[in-house]
Amino acid sequence: MDDTQTIKQHKKVAATTERITGSEAVIRCLIEEGVDVLYGYPGGAIMPVYDEIYKYQGKIHHVLTRHEQGAAHAAQGYARISGKVGVAMATSGPGATNLITGIADAQIDSTPLVCITGQVFSHLLGSDAFQETDIVGISTPVTKWNCQITKASEIPEILAKAFYIAKSGRPGPVLIDITKDAQVSELDFQYKKCTGIRSYNAVPKTKPEAVTAAANLINSAKKPMIVWGQGVILGEAENELKAVMEKAGIPAAWTILGASAISTSHPLNIGMVGMHGNYAPNKLTNECDVLIAIGMRFDDRVTGNLATYAKQAKIVHFDIDPAEIDKNVKTDIAVIGDAKDSLAQLLPLLNENKHEAWLQEFKDLYQVEFEQVIKHDIHPEKEGLTMGEVLKQINIETEGKAAIVSDVGQHQMIACRYADFNVTKSNITSGGLGTMGFALPAAIGAKMAAPEREVVAIIGDGGYQMNIQELGTIFQQQVPVKIVVLNNEFLGMVRQWQQLFFDKRYASTEMVNPDFVTIAKGYHIEAKKVVKREELADAVKEMIASKNSYFLEVCVEKEDNVFPMIPTGASVSDVRLS
Amino acid sequence: MSEEKKSYTISIYTENNIGLLNRVSAIFQRRHINIESLTTSQSEIEGVNRFVIVVNISESQAKKIVGQFEKQIEVIKAYYHTEDETIFTESCMFKIKSELLFEEPQIQNIIKESNTRIVTVNKEFFVLEKSGRRHEIEALRRDLNVFGIMQFVRSGRIAVTKDEMKITEMLAAFNN
Ligand SMILES: Cc1ncc(C[n+]2csc(CCOP(=O)(O)OP(=O)(O)O)c2C)c(N)n1
Ligand SMILES: [Mg+2]
Repeated sequence: MDDTQTIKQHKKVAATTERITGSEAVIRCLIEEGVDVLYGYPGGAIMPVYDEIYKYQGKIHHVLTRHEQGAAHAAQGYARISGKVGVAMATSGPGATNLITGIADAQIDSTPLVCITGQVFSHLLGSDAFQETDIVGISTPVTKWNCQITKASEIPEILAKAFYIAKSGRPGPVLIDITKDAQVSELDFQYKKCTGIRSYNAVPKTKPEAVTAAANLINSAKKPMIVWGQGVILGEAENELKAVMEKAGIPAAWTILGASAISTSHPLNIGMVGMHGNYAPNKLTNECDVLIAIGMRFDDRVTGNLATYAKQAKIVHFDIDPAEIDKNVKTDIAVIGDAKDSLAQLLPLLNENKHEAWLQEFKDLYQVEFEQVIKHDIHPEKEGLTMGEVLKQINIETEGKAAIVSDVGQHQMIACRYADFNVTKSNITSGGLGTMGFALPAAIGAKMAAPEREVVAIIGDGGYQMNIQELGTIFQQQVPVKIVVLNNEFLGMVRQWQQLFFDKRYASTEMVNPDFVTIAKGYHIEAKKVVKREELADAVKEMIASKNSYFLEVCVEKEDNVFPMIPTGASVSDVRLS
Repeated sequence: MSEEKKSYTISIYTENNIGLLNRVSAIFQRRHINIESLTTSQSEIEGVNRFVIVVNISESQAKKIVGQFEKQIEVIKAYYHTEDETIFTESCMFKIKSELLFEEPQIQNIIKESNTRIVTVNKEFFVLEKSGRRHEIEALRRDLNVFGIMQFVRSGRIAVTKDEMKITEMLAAFNN
C-alpha cells in the first residue's frame, strides 16, 4: 500500500467512525440495539461504564436494583413479557457471581439476556487481583455464549454478536466480561448489527417432508393430543397453534412456560400437564394415540417416569433445537424449525376434524378433578383462606388480562393452575430452575417493559424474603406492580412433601415471619393484610384499582396441599387427586 | 438403559476460541462421561480447529452429546464414529539410557521389529518414537520396560473418518 492509499483509507475510516472510549462504546452499542432500560449495580471494575450511563441519561435508563440477583431477574421479567433482550450489568467478583442464579434461570428457561460484567485490568488477570473472579469460567455451563473483552476495539462487534446470540433461535443468556483497560482505552466506533455467525445455525429450516409426515400422522389419529411449551411464545406462533388446534379439533395442553399462549377459556384448552397439572391431560397422555409436542422439552416435571410416558402413542415433536429431539422421549417424527413457520406449513395439510368423543373424555375427567380438588380450592367451605380463592378474585378484578409473575412453591402451582390467561406472555415464572426469589424483581422488569399491563406478583412468604430488598427498587423507581404474598407461614411446598413422604417431620420449614405490612410501608408502598374471607374481595379490588405499587398479604391456611400431584418417579397416569 | 457401550470417536469442528475447551469438557463432565483421550489441532480448513475425542459410551449417548456440541455457538459441526468408520492412530515416545543401547543388543532388535524410529541419541539418553494402535504401543512399552524407561508418553488418538465430512461446503454456504 503506498502512502496516498493509506491516507485515503484512513480518511474513509474517519468519516464513518468516531474516537470514543470502550465504556462509551458499551452504552452506544446498547442504544443501537434499542435497549431503553437496563438493570444493574455499580462497583470498581465497571465504574467507567457507569460514568457513561450518567452522561447518557435520558437516552438510556439504568435501574439500580438492591442486589445483582435482582438485576438479573428484573432483566428476565423484562424479556419474558416483551420478547426483547433483557440487559443486566454488574461489577467484577461478587457483583458478577451474584448474577449467576439469574443467568442459570435464563439458560434453562430460554430467556434472552445480555449480562455485562466489569473485570479487573487485563494485566492483572490470573493474579488473584482484588475482586477478580473467573466469571467466564463460572458462567460457561449456564450461558448460551460468553466472552471476555480485553481490547476496546472488540466491543462493538462482540456486543453485536451478544445481542444476536441471545435473541436468535432458541434464546438464552449471554455474558460479556469487559476488562477495565478495555473500558478506558479508545477505539474507532462503528456499529454494525450481527445478522449471522457461520458456526451457528440459529433457525434450522423446516423440512417440508417432515411436515407432511407429521400431517399424515395427525390426520390418521383418533385420539390426538397437543402439548405445547414456551417455544410457541418465543416463536410468536400463538395464532398458528390456535389455527391448527381448531382446524383439526385437537385438545391441547400446556407446560408451565407455555401457559397463556392460548386463552385458558378456549374450548380446546384442556389445561396444564405435569407434576401439579390438571388431571385429564396427565391421565390421557397415556391414552392418546398421537402426541404432538410443540416447543417443549419433555422436562421430568412434565413427563414423570419416562418408562411409562405415552408409550402407546406416536410422538411428533416440533422444536427449534435439534438437541431436544430424542433427548428424553423418542420421537416418531421430528419437525425441526421455527414453530411459527412449521405450524403455518402444517395447517393446510391438516384435515378438518372434530374429536368430540375424545374431547369429552377430557371434560369428564375435568369434572372428577373439579369435584375432588378445584371446588375446594376456589370455593372453599372451610374457614381458612385458600390460595385458589385469591387467584379467583384476581381473575375477576383483572378479567384474566394481568401478567402473573409467580415465585416458586405451592402458590406458584396454584397461580399456574387457577389464573385465567387471556393474553399471551402472561405467565412469568421460574420453571426450569425453580428459583425462589424470582418473582419480585421479575415483576419489576415486566412492569417496566409493559407499563400498560397489569402486573401481579404472586409470592410465598418464603420466596418473598429471598429478594425482599427489591422493594427498595420499586419505591425508588415508582414501579406500580401489585405484590401478593400468600402467607402460610411455611415453606409450603417443602412442607407438603414432608407431610406426604417424610411422615410430617417438618424440618426447618416453619417460618416465623416479620410484619410484612410494616416492611412494605417502610418503603412507602401502600399495604394491606387480609385474614378473613369477607375482606378478600374488597382488598383485591382496591389493589387492582390502585395506580401505584401495592402490597397485599393474604394469610392462608397453613397446611393446605396442592393437588393433583404426580409423585416423583411415578407415571403420569398415576396422578393423585388427594 | 442397558445399551451396549462402545468406543466412539467424536470429531468437533470449531472456531478458534479460548473458552471452547471448557464448554466441551463441561458437556462430558455433567454427564459423568470419562474422556479416554482428547486432542485438538488445526483442521484441513484454515482457521478451523478440530477436536478428536475418544469416549466409551452408548450410541444414544453419543447422539445426544453430539447434539449438545452442535448447540455451542462456536461449534461448526460435530460427528461421532465407531472405530470401524475411522482410520486412527496414537503415537508415543520413550526416553532411555544410552548405555542400554550398547549393553542390551536385544533393544536394537525390538526397535527394528516394531518399526520404531530413533529420534535422537546423545551420550546420556536416546529417544524413540512410534505411532500405531494402542496394543502395539503397549507391547512396545512392555518390551522396553524390562530394560528400564526414563520417560514414557503416549498421545491421544488422532483419527480421520472414512466418509466425507462436508465442512467446507457448509462454510461456503454461509458465505453465500
Ligand atoms: C432458591 C431456592 N431454594 C430452595 C428451593 C426449594 N423450595 C422449593 S419450594 C420451597 C418453599 C417455598 O416456600 P414459600 O415461598 O413460602 O412458598 P409456598 O410453597 O409456601 O407457597 C422451597 C424451599 C427453591 N426452589 N429455590
Ligand atoms: Mg409459604
